[in-house]
Amino acid sequence: MSRHPPAALLPSSAALRAGRRRAWVLPLLALALGAAFALALAVGSVTVSAAELWRIATGDDAGTAGAIVTSLRLPRALAAAACGGLLALAGALMQVLLRNPLADPYVLGISGGAAVGALLAMLAGVAGLLLEVSAFAGALAAMALVFGLSHGQGSRTPTRLLLTGVIVSAGCGAAVSFILAVASEQSLRGMLFWLMGDASTASRPGVAVGALVAGLVACAPLARDLNLLARGDGTAQTLGVPVVRLRLMVYLLASALTAIAVTTVGSVGFVGLVVPHLIRLAFGNDQRLLLPASALAGATLLLLADTAARTVIAPAQLPVGVLTALLGVPVFLFLLNRHR
Amino acid sequence: MSAAACPPLLSARSLDVSVAGRALCTGLDLDVRPGELLAIVGRNGIGKSTLLGTLAGLRTPAAGTLTLEGRALADWPARELAKRRALLAQSHEDHFASTVLDTVLVGRHPHIGRWSDESDADVDIALAALAAVALRGFELREVRTLSGGERQRVAIAALLAQQAPVCLLDEPVTHLDLDYQIETLELFARLARDEGRAVVAVLHDLNQVLRFADRALLLTGGGQWVCGPVDEVLQAEVLSRAFCHPLKELRDDGRRYFVPA
Repeated sequence: MSRHPPAALLPSSAALRAGRRRAWVLPLLALALGAAFALALAVGSVTVSAAELWRIATGDDAGTAGAIVTSLRLPRALAAAACGGLLALAGALMQVLLRNPLADPYVLGISGGAAVGALLAMLAGVAGLLLEVSAFAGALAAMALVFGLSHGQGSRTPTRLLLTGVIVSAGCGAAVSFILAVASEQSLRGMLFWLMGDASTASRPGVAVGALVAGLVACAPLARDLNLLARGDGTAQTLGVPVVRLRLMVYLLASALTAIAVTTVGSVGFVGLVVPHLIRLAFGNDQRLLLPASALAGATLLLLADTAARTVIAPAQLPVGVLTALLGVPVFLFLLNRHR
Repeated sequence: MSAAACPPLLSARSLDVSVAGRALCTGLDLDVRPGELLAIVGRNGIGKSTLLGTLAGLRTPAAGTLTLEGRALADWPARELAKRRALLAQSHEDHFASTVLDTVLVGRHPHIGRWSDESDADVDIALAALAAVALRGFELREVRTLSGGERQRVAIAALLAQQAPVCLLDEPVTHLDLDYQIETLELFARLARDEGRAVVAVLHDLNQVLRFADRALLLTGGGQWVCGPVDEVLQAEVLSRAFCHPLKELRDDGRRYFVPA
């Protein structure tokens, strides 16, 4: 018996080359994001028709509907989409950094730090910009803590980084519980909404949108290096990737993106975990495609979830994090079982 | 065989390699020239892999100098170094799903510019590498569904796709069936002989060393080493001491073989 397959059955080099190109994925995901955006602008207490949306988009005055769309729905939709993209991108980066497909942007304690910062600000009766600054400072503090503690004698190995992050998260969780226990009844509801993730107070989407664009641009030249990093430090180093520098860059980038997302919409869960995971299952683990595709899909998912959050029990609103978790848990369990 | 006339590709001078204060190799002088296959032999844990990693430039030696094509290893830009020396690791981690073809294409990384993608030529090089390890037809298989031996051959294909003049191989034939062991070693012997590559391989089977290697570096512990032509280094007495087990030399058809006594 021959050990080699007959030549006629071999896939041709041209077919294999064509199979590796997936140029249609990004335009398709961009189209989905566009559709989600139109939906987010159209639905709500006042339904805006497609024709009206077009008039508003082209600059014609559209009265009350125009005011609702441009001053209320648009900033919120931009914030939700940008943060969904940020969280999915940060999650994809963390999964490479920790070389673990089950890592998420919060695994290194960044959301915990942000939560402590935000809740402390609420406890002090602060709102608006100062609250966001406090949350961001908390995220940076957690980041610095994990970074400092994980640098032992050797380098920052994935395991050491992960364990340090888990412990810092646990510490932040205890601090959050403490603040909730001593907080007044009136501030409790706001705190809980913040903890679950809520886009209703997001009024300044510019920072998140800018961070997402900057993050994607920063990742573009690193994507092939990241492919190698995902295969192991040794492999990457042998093939000419500056591993120590790259790991540091990815850590700082993913942390910064997460901190901005959490500051804007709170700790929205599961987007950063499930989206990169789904994209990887569907289109493979090439970071050149995975990173932008995750960002687009994450943006679409959080935008749709936020649209649902403000419409399903209108006029009351749900925290969007509840919806992403309700969606994320079954999807995630399904994925886990499929992998068994 | 005019290997001795060529300038060495890889050179070590007074090289000290140590791990946590334990000397693995002291004062090593070594030249690896194009066209030759050098085998590194020694007991488990004696430092073969660590030495190989040091020769690859992944570890800083405790003392001494290492040069590749006459230039200090540390002075090579990482990507340029990766075009010139390849390392086959002893174990292969697969954290994420990946096809065989994508795994082999990883070897092309140093040859592709930061702003470019794999070209058609790169895919063809990867396919030729797969053909060399008899894995054509496996291109779209997921690497994690392969057997240990098949996975090892994928790693060898990735190393071939890197097209480096210096190949450092850490136990290249582990997990392989007997026929693939011989084919793999014949392949690297051929690459050395026909393409003038320099091959350094950690090998366990002394009879394979006798058959395929030109020279051998025997690590004997405590930083001691012996290096020279295979027939000089591989002698029953010194090997028996190095491996802590008496070895007996047999001869058949003009060839020497070692068997445990």
